Parts: sequence; structure tokens; C-alpha cells
Amino acid sequence: MRADVVVIGGGPAGLAAAIGAAKEDKELNILILERDHELGGILNQCIHNGFGLHTFNEELTGPEYAARFENQLKDYNIDYLLDTMVLDIAQNKVTAVNSANGVFSVECGAIVLCMGCRERPRGALNIPGLRPAGVFTAGTAQRLVNIEGYMPGKEVVILGSGDIGLIMARRMTLEGAKVKAVCELMPYSGGLKRNIVQCLDDFDIPLLLSHTVIDIKGNERVTSVVIAEVDEHSKPKKGTEQEISCDTLLLSCGLLPENELSRAADVKINPATNGPVVNESFETSIPGVFACGNVLHVHDLVDYVSEESARAGKSAARYVKSGQKPDVNAIQIKAEKGVRYTVPSTVRINELEDDLIIRFRSTGVFKDSYIEVTIDGQQKIRRRKQIITPGEMEQVILKREDLNQDVNEITVAITEG
Amino acid sequence: MDNSYDIIIIGAGVTGCAIARELSKYEARILVVEKDEDVCTGTSKANSGIVHAGYDAKPGTLKAKMNIRGNELMTDLAKDLDIPFKRIGSLVVCIDEEQKQGIEDLYQRGLANGVQGLKILNRDEVKELEPNISDNVVCALFAPTAGVICPFRLNIALAECACQNGVEFRFNTEVTDINESENGWIISAGNEKLNSKAVINAAGCHADEMHNLISDNKYHITARRGDYILLDRALEGFVNHVIFPQPTKLGKGILVTPTVHGNTLIGPTAIDNDSKDEAPVTADGIAKVLEGQAKNVTGLPVKQVITGFSGLRAHEDSGEFILKEEINCFFDCVGIESPGLTACPAIGEYMADLVSSKLQLVIKQQWNGICHDVKKPFEMDEKERDQLIKEHPEYGRIICRCETITEGEIIDAIRRTLGARSLDGVKRRTRAGMGRCQGGFCSPKVMEILSRETGIPFNEITKNGGNSKILTGRTKNES
Amino acid sequence: METRELTCINCPMGCRITVKLDGDNILSVEGNTCKRGDTYARTEVTAPVRTVTTTIKVINGVQDRISCKTKSPVPKDKIFDVMEVINKVACEAPVKIGDILIENAADTGIPVLATKNVDKI
Repeated sequence: MRADVVVIGGGPAGLAAAIGAAKEDKELNILILERDHELGGILNQCIHNGFGLHTFNEELTGPEYAARFENQLKDYNIDYLLDTMVLDIAQNKVTAVNSANGVFSVECGAIVLCMGCRERPRGALNIPGLRPAGVFTAGTAQRLVNIEGYMPGKEVVILGSGDIGLIMARRMTLEGAKVKAVCELMPYSGGLKRNIVQCLDDFDIPLLLSHTVIDIKGNERVTSVVIAEVDEHSKPKKGTEQEISCDTLLLSCGLLPENELSRAADVKINPATNGPVVNESFETSIPGVFACGNVLHVHDLVDYVSEESARAGKSAARYVKSGQKPDVNAIQIKAEKGVRYTVPSTVRINELEDDLIIRFRSTGVFKDSYIEVTIDGQQKIRRRKQIITPGEMEQVILKREDLNQDVNEITVAITEG
Repeated sequence: MDNSYDIIIIGAGVTGCAIARELSKYEARILVVEKDEDVCTGTSKANSGIVHAGYDAKPGTLKAKMNIRGNELMTDLAKDLDIPFKRIGSLVVCIDEEQKQGIEDLYQRGLANGVQGLKILNRDEVKELEPNISDNVVCALFAPTAGVICPFRLNIALAECACQNGVEFRFNTEVTDINESENGWIISAGNEKLNSKAVINAAGCHADEMHNLISDNKYHITARRGDYILLDRALEGFVNHVIFPQPTKLGKGILVTPTVHGNTLIGPTAIDNDSKDEAPVTADGIAKVLEGQAKNVTGLPVKQVITGFSGLRAHEDSGEFILKEEINCFFDCVGIESPGLTACPAIGEYMADLVSSKLQLVIKQQWNGICHDVKKPFEMDEKERDQLIKEHPEYGRIICRCETITEGEIIDAIRRTLGARSLDGVKRRTRAGMGRCQGGFCSPKVMEILSRETGIPFNEITKNGGNSKILTGRTKNES
Repeated sequence: METRELTCINCPMGCRITVKLDGDNILSVEGNTCKRGDTYARTEVTAPVRTVTTTIKVINGVQDRISCKTKSPVPKDKIFDVMEVINKVACEAPVKIGDILIENAADTGIPVLATKNVDKI
């Protein structure tokens, strides 16, 4: 098989990347490889609304948002294979398997990595206790409820107040379950305020900040969990334990980009994001291999995934047309005080078509502070923000004309007022 | 159903199943009764998966003999039963000049036990074999005959092989009483009564209870818990041998080893556990595991943990394997703790000898000792795999993306002899759900396949039998 | 006079807003740091509304649940009434995104729409 651009993953990132590539050059032969039996990825199970405000100026549910993109595939003549698992990537070659073709290779001009992310499971959280049925990640529970139509439990405790956990608190409640508490290890929630109000407060579900689960009981099915308050080092405080009877524990404790394929191909990974290190074109350390969406860094809104992926797809198309670029004058973008990481990590000024969008997340909660960007030590941006939290992605835009060949370094920092 | 047997074996762990396989060589009606829903659900499912060389146990003990013999038998057994097994060798590492004598003592004990190929390596030799070992290493005892095995496949394969040679299995059958009768024993399992000429007690942590039902010579087993953590396969190669600290009175200590599937395993603790069935992982246990391994190996990325688990070892007060006839064809296998996994083929052989001579059993004309594992397309060569997928497209459909397990493998695990009936059953037979996402993505799909293949309704599928149902009902208030 | 405490949902600040009201008459809004907070609080105390998103049974479909939503937000205190109606109904495949599955959910005057395409078996 041959394709100009192979897109790995048919979720929101993959769909937007494929369309982005096609828009750049309609003649290109673009192939999406999707491991599930339908396109759309995680959007299929995100049946709540709130998607698309930035992209379509209206509030859509996940399946509707995905459909808007899927509908464009035909117009752009984009091919896709379902139930197809990619096994291996190399420069200019993707190896995959499905039941119709067996193990097959696709020779290609460029690859866009759009594998998304997965949830941190119980095992990776070191939660003590027994291992009965009834412990699910929030996303698994979401799939069971929304797609399969089954209830994973009747009395629920949720650990982690990420958005999926909050959304599932409401969803389980609407379907008749009793959600007894949402525990959050941190002193703040990583979820959107809107979700805290509309998914918890609306249903009188308590949100217990600085709390964690310290024991899971029940030999066959969960019978209760023990929760406790934690100190500033996240260690449980003696004497604060309380046992909550329940049959289900849902975990919403963070997302991890799924970069097993990238790692196996020796794509350089940024330890702060667990995603590839990319330049302004979303190109990884391997020429012709691009990355976007949650496999690159975990996003808060799908609209940003789509926007970023469209640009990555466009870059991939341009790469195919013009071949490998010499990696000249790559300027480092440094994440300084208060900034956990930036995407991209480097910029090649020559390749920069428009203004430079730098996305990042903060290391903690900052109130009344400033986002500061410097170019070679000179302050270019100083923007006041009432609040910055790690749960929300931030961005700054540097004007194209402020960047030239002589620039050596760009820094992004958060400073207090 | 005719409830009269020649031999009833209590317990379908590695010990019970190894004995069952050996006895299946004889003309006899044999039944294995198991309180859980599947084979390999107790001590056998949660352990280090190590085939020990045999220098630990005191010379002359049954533990020592069974270890050495079991180790010898393992190569052929693994081949016959298609069990993943690698003789990677072990190192007992000394990091304190003053403890050096301990390594020498262990070496001598190993020689006395008949362990082949033992060698004491100096610091440089150890560092060359294992670059990530602590810089404080003084010397190490190297045992090339030690290895790592898949404990699940070992147990399951022994059972499959026994079954294909006529041994019957009954699951969800908990023995509640044992009484002597005119021509043998009556075993009660709830309301059901089973008759047998001989009984073999291989009940793991419950073996003392079984024994004490029929004897005044009381045994006492403590369930000794071992907590482990399992790290991502991405770390494959971090260590290449089974690495032990020097043993103490409490046991062999916390080891770090590659598993036969390429994960890194650290553990176990040794903590007396209240329950013989419930083995919780505790925060203290995990802390001890991490602290224990830290002394031997440097820089192990413990953040890449994919799961923690704990297992229970059946520790009898005497500290020895008890393998003998108690009275009138009631045979005990009591206190089978480490190195029980290594020893099981030898225990099978030993017990089968005892039982067959006592019952004067006759060898069968035909016996098939070969048993194949689930076909694994991603361990085949390309040509063979392409052919398989062409003939059976379900082998081209990946269900567990972390471990690259196909629908074909899961179907095989369910349809085969003593096939899987639960998520854990599928997991132990195929590794689906054992990877880094711990079944987050694949468990709904595995449930669908289980439901389709077995006819068990989707919402009745369990994690591991009994009341461990994954779901509580349907949405829309539908029952 | 009644006092109501709210959390503003417009941004991560999550301002705690205190609204004092006498019947439907809002006397004061305090605690917000921007105009959006004031507007939010006034709507939220007088006529809070929510879009209900859930699933509905499908007959003869390739899957037996389909996702759906109320076309516009319904009064907050009607959420469970709407759910009850949705739970009792089943629709027949094929269904297309935007198809009206229920004309008037729990007398709110608001229809329930399909948010996914489900083909016939």
C-alpha cells in the first residue's frame, strides 16, 4: 500500500489533521488508520455538550462534533481503514494489522501521530486494598454507560475531579445511581468550574478537596472505600479516615499520551508532557513524522485539538510536497518559572508562515499574575491574568514580524503581580 | 452424575494440577474440585514466577529435593506444555563486605543440594552482567539454572493436559467436610456428596483446614502475604537476571526480576495476613517493596508501575513441605510455599508415585502429554501469521492494544479445554488486560466476546466468578 | 429576604457570588469580579436552565442505545422529569443526527433530538 500522508488515529486529532492536509493539497492521497470500529475516537462516548464553541460557534455533543468532521472526509476524498491497529512506525513506513489485510505496510511521504491518550489506571496509582470488580476508570465507565447501555454500579465514589470524572458523576446520577462523593487529592479541582457546578452542585454531590482513597474493600465486588484527608505532601492524615459504603469506584486521575509507537520509533519525548518534542510545524525529532492532539499534550478543549491538528496536517502535506527541510536556526522556546512545558519546543523562523502560537500549562494555581514572554531577554508580552490553573491550557501569540533569523531564545514565564 | 471416583484432588492450583496430570497417566477416575471458578486462582496466580535454582532450602529437606527435581523437570515440561520459560539465571547480591560469608554459605548449601553451575562472581563480573546493580556490590552468587516462567500458563497447561487425559474438574465446589467411609472417603461440598478411594489435599492456604477435618495431628498454616509491583514492559532490559538480596530468616527477601513477558517485577514482602483468601495491597507493603529493592539496584524507574498485587503463601508452622499419606489413602500436600511453583512438577511426580502404588494403579496404554498454548500471531513468523489471519480473520483484530492480543486468541482461550469464563480467566490465558492500561480499553470488548461465546448475558459477566459481576444492570432503568 | 450562594462558571476563578433577593426581585449581587458573573448570577437564581444529554433506547439498530439531547436547555428542576420520559421511550432505527425523538419532553415544550446516526441492522 502507498499513501502520501498516513494519519494514525481517527479521533478528533486524526480527522482534523487529515482534513488539514487535504485542504493544503487536494491531490494528496491521505489515509487514516483507526483501531476502533468507527471514526470519532473518544468523542463517540462524550455524549454531553460543550464541544465546538470555538470551531462552530455552537454547543455540540461529542458525536455531533465528530460527525461534522467525518462528513468532510468524502469531500476531500480521504480514505480510512477501521479496526486497524498500527504496530510499528518508521520514517516513510507504517506497519499495521487488520482482519481483511493481515499485517501490511503502507509506504508514505509523511506520518501524523494522532493516537490520543489513555487514563491512568488503578495500578499506576498505587491505591491500596483488595482487587474486586467495581473499580473502573471514568472513561471505561463512560463507554459502558453511553455506548453499551449498561450500568457499572449503583453507589459510586469517584476519585479525581478531572472533567471526565465530573461528567460521569452527573451521567451516573441521571441514570439512577447514587454518587456519594468526589475526592480530589489536590487542594483544587482540575475540572472546569462549569462542570463542578452543573455536574456536582446541581445534584448535591460533595466535592472533597485534599482527599484520597486509602483502601478498597470487598473481595468479589467493591463493598466500600476508605477515604482520608491528605496533608500538603499528599500523605493521608491519621484520624481523618472515613469509610463510605459503595459498589463502585471510578477513577479520573489524569491522562497519559499514548506514545508507545512513538517511543518504539525513537521519537524524542518531552518528559513534561509525555508527548513528542515538536517544532513550529508539529514535526517530531524524526523528519516527516508529525504529532498533534492529545498524543502531543493533553488538551482541555477539543476545539484546540482540532485547530492544532489542522495545522499539523497542513505541515505534513507541505512536507510531502517539498521534502525534508534543513533544520537550520531552530530557536529554543524555554518554559521558565511557573510554566510546566510549551508546545512547540522549537521554532524554525524560515518555516514560520504566520504568527507563532505557543501553548502551555502552568505548574500550579496563580492568581493576579502575569504571563511574560521574552525574546532574547527582551520582554515582548506581559499579560495580566486574574487566574491561571494547571487544568486549563494557556496560549500566547508572538507576531511573525517580531521573530527574525537573529533570535536565539524565547522564554515563557508566569510572574506574580 | 456418578459421584464415585478413585481419586479426588482438592485444589486446582499448580500443585493439584501437577498431581492430576501425573496421575492421568494411570487408569483411574480422577476429579479435581476447586472452590473458585477457575484453575490458578489462589497462591498460584500471584507469586514471583521464578523457577528457583535450589540453594535456599536446607539440604535433605523435601523442599530442597523438590526444588532441585522440579527445576530439572521444567525444561521438558515447558516444552511439552508450551509454557513461556526462560532460564535467565539468578544473582544473590552481597552489598556488605561483612556479609560476604553468607554468600559462601549459600554456595556450599547449593552444592550440597546438587545445584549445577553455581559460581561466586566478584564485583566486576557482577557489574558486567548487570550494569544497574548497586555500586556497593561486593560479590554475588550466580545460579545459571534459575529462570522465569509464566505461572498462569504453567497452572493452566497442567490442568488442560490432565483434562485432555480424562481428569474431570468441578469448579465453584468448596469442600465443607470430609468423612471416612467403608471404601474410602466421602467429600461434602455443600449439599453434594462425592465418594473417592483416595483424597489428595492440595488446598494451598486451606490445606491445614482440610487435613484437620480428618486428623488429630493438627497442622497450622499462616497465609503470608507478599506485595509486588509490576513495571511497564518499556523497561525491558533494565535487569536481566533474577536479583535477590541476601536471604534472612524471613525469607528470600525482595527481588527484582524481568518476568518471562518482559515486565519488571519487584517484591515480595512477607507479612502475616489475617485472611486466607483476601490479599490486600497495603501502602506499607508497597513502601517496603520499594525500600527493599532500592538497596540492590540503582535508578529503577518505579514511576512506570502498571499495577500492584499481592499473593498469599501457605506457610505451615514446620516450614517444610508436607507430602505424605496421613491415613488410609488421605494424602497431604501441605505447606507448599516457595519454591512451590518450581517444585510442582516434582511434587506431581512424587505424589503420583505414592498414590499409584498405594492404589496399585495401572499405566494407561495411551497418554498425551503435549498441550499447546493459545496461538499467538504476534509471536509467529510472518508467513505463518499471514496464513493464520487469512484462514481466521479474527486473528487480525486487535482487542488488547497494550499487549497486542487478538480476538482470535480470546476466542481460543474461551473455547479450549477448561476455557475461560471470566475477565480474569481470559487475562490469565491471553494477557489481554495485563498491560499498561490494565484493561481500561479492552475489558468491554472482552466482555462482549465472552458473552457471545459462552451465552452468559453481558451484564452477568464476572471479573473472577461468584458475585464479582462487572455490571449492575442496564441503563434506562431496564433490568 | 433570601440569600443565595453561587459559584460562577464563566472562568476558573469560580467566584463565590452572593445574591440577595426578595421573591423574584434581585436586591444585590456581590462577590463577582466581572460583569459576566453578575449576568450569570441573575439568570441562575431566577430561571436556571440546563441542556439534558443522555441516551435513548433504539429498536432494530446496530446498537441499542443512541445519544440524544434536549434541543435547548430545560428548566433545571425539570431534569429528572425529562429523564423519566426519555427512559420510557424507544425509537426505531435508522436514526439520523437531528431527528426529533420526542416532540415535547415533560411538557417543557422542548423536543429531544438524536445526536448520533444509528443504522438499521
